[in-house]
Amino acid sequence: MKLITAVIKPFKLDDVKDALKAIDVSGITVSEVRGFGRQGGHTETYRGAEYKIDFVPKMEVSIVVNDVDVDQVVDVIASGARTDKIGDGKIWVTDVERIVRIRTGEEGSEAI
Amino acid sequence: MDSGHTAWVLVSAALVLLMTPGLAFFYAGMVRSKNVLAMLMQNFFAMGLVSTIWAVIGFSLVFGDSGNGWIGNFDFVLMKDVTSLDGEIPGFAFFAFQMMFAVITPALITGATADRLKFGSYAVLIGIWSVLVYLPAAKWVFNGWLLDMGALDFAGGTAIHINAGVAALAVVIVIGNRKGHGDTPMPPHNLPFTLLGTGILWFGWIGFNAGSGLAADGLAAQAVVNTHLAAATGMLGWLLVEKLKGGHATTLGAASGAVAGLVAITPCAGFVGGASPLIIGALSGIICYLALSIKEKMNWDDSLDVIAVHLVGGIVGTLLLGFFADTAVNDEFDGLFYGGGLELLKDQFVAAVAVGAFSFVVTYAIAKVIDATMGLRVDEDGENQGLDQSQHAESAYSS
Repeated sequence: MKLITAVIKPFKLDDVKDALKAIDVSGITVSEVRGFGRQGGHTETYRGAEYKIDFVPKMEVSIVVNDVDVDQVVDVIASGARTDKIGDGKIWVTDVERIVRIRTGEEGSEAI
Repeated sequence: MDSGHTAWVLVSAALVLLMTPGLAFFYAGMVRSKNVLAMLMQNFFAMGLVSTIWAVIGFSLVFGDSGNGWIGNFDFVLMKDVTSLDGEIPGFAFFAFQMMFAVITPALITGATADRLKFGSYAVLIGIWSVLVYLPAAKWVFNGWLLDMGALDFAGGTAIHINAGVAALAVVIVIGNRKGHGDTPMPPHNLPFTLLGTGILWFGWIGFNAGSGLAADGLAAQAVVNTHLAAATGMLGWLLVEKLKGGHATTLGAASGAVAGLVAITPCAGFVGGASPLIIGALSGIICYLALSIKEKMNWDDSLDVIAVHLVGGIVGTLLLGFFADTAVNDEFDGLFYGGGLELLKDQFVAAVAVGAFSFVVTYAIAKVIDATMGLRVDEDGENQGLDQSQHAESAYSS
C-alpha cells in the first residue's frame, strides 16, 4: 500500500476529485495548507504599503491505494491539477506499513 | 418646544451613537486576528466609560455657564437642572447628542495604539483624557474662546478630529512601535469588517454633521448633502491617487478615502454649499493618502493611520473652511473665495494650532504618567500572544 500526497491549486480540487471518482477511488482526505515552492508568494498593498506574502494557499490531497493503482492515480491527479502555469504543485508517494478500518477492524487492502 | 427639531436631534444622537461600533469594526478589520476583540472592546468600552463621565461631570464642564471661555462649571453635575436648558429642543436632547461626540472622540485614538495598549491603562487613559483634554477643547470650540474669536467648527473638525489625531500621535510616541514593526508584515485580517464599519460610520456621520445645527431645517438638509458628497469625492480622490501610484484601487482605499472626506467636511458641513463639498472631499482624499508616508518617515507606528486620516483630514477641513465658508448658506462668515478675506482663515489656523498644541502637551503628559506608574504597554509575551488572549482571555475565531 502507498500513500499518495498531492499539493495542488485550490481551484483545481474539484477537477481532481471528479477525476478520482471516475476511476473509483474509494476515498480522499483534503486539507487547506499554505506554502511556497518555485512559484514563491505574491505582493499585497494596503494603504500604499506593500506586503510580500510568502505562503500561498494550496490544497493537500491524501489517498491510500493498493500498489497496483499507484501509477494510474498519480496520472489522474496530475492531469486533473495541471494548468501548465507555475505553482501547479507536486505529488509524492510513500510506503504505508499498516492500515485499519476503525469500524470493522479490517486491515490491509480490505481497509482501503 | 419644536417637535420637529427635537425629533431630528434625538435621531441624530442615535446615529452618532452607532458611529462608535462602526469605528470599532472599521479598525478591527485592520488589525491582526489575535487582536480583533481587544480593538472592538476598546471602542465599546468608551461607550460605557465616557458616557458615565459625561453624565457625572462632562456635560457640565463643557456647557455649564461659567462666564469664561476656557472651562464650564458644576451647574449640571449628575444631570442636575439639565431641563433648565429646554428651549426649542429639550436640554436632554442636546445632552444626549453631545454625549455621543464625547464617546467617539477618545475611541478614535485606539487605531494608533493597536495591538499593544494594556486594557487597564487604556481605561485610565481615556478616562483622564476625556476630562483633561476633550472637555476643555469642546468648551473652547463649541462654547468658549475659539468660538468667540470667530473660528468656525460646525461638528468637530478641531475639537474631535484634530484633537484625537494629535492625541494619537502623543500616545504613539510614548508607547513605542509594535514588536516587529517594519520587519514583519501585519496586513489587515478582515477587510470586510472594515468596509462594514465604514458603511456604519458614513451612515452615522449624517447625524453627526446634520444634527449639529440642532434643528430640522434647510441647513440640516444642506449638511446632509455636503456630508454625503464629501465622502463620495473623498473616496474618488483617494482611489485615483492610489491607482496612479500603486497600480490598484483597493477596498481599504475606498473605505479610507470616504472617511477622509467625512472628516474634512465635519467642520464645514453647515457653512459651505454649491460645489464646495465635492472639492473639499476630493482634496481630503488626495491629501490624506499622501499623508500616509509621514509615519514611515518619522518612524511612528500609527498602526491604523489616525494621523493621516483624522489629524490631516481635520486640518484640511478646518483650513479649507477659511476658503469655502459662504454666508449664502449660513450667515456666520464668508471665506477667502467668497469675499471674506483672510480673517476666517487666520481664525481657523489659530483654532487648529491651539487645539492641537493643547492636546499634544496634555496627552503626552497623561501618557507619560500612566506609563511610569501602571505601564501603557503589555509585556512582550502578551503582545506575542495577542491582546485578545492576554487582556481579555478570549479568542474571536475558535478553531
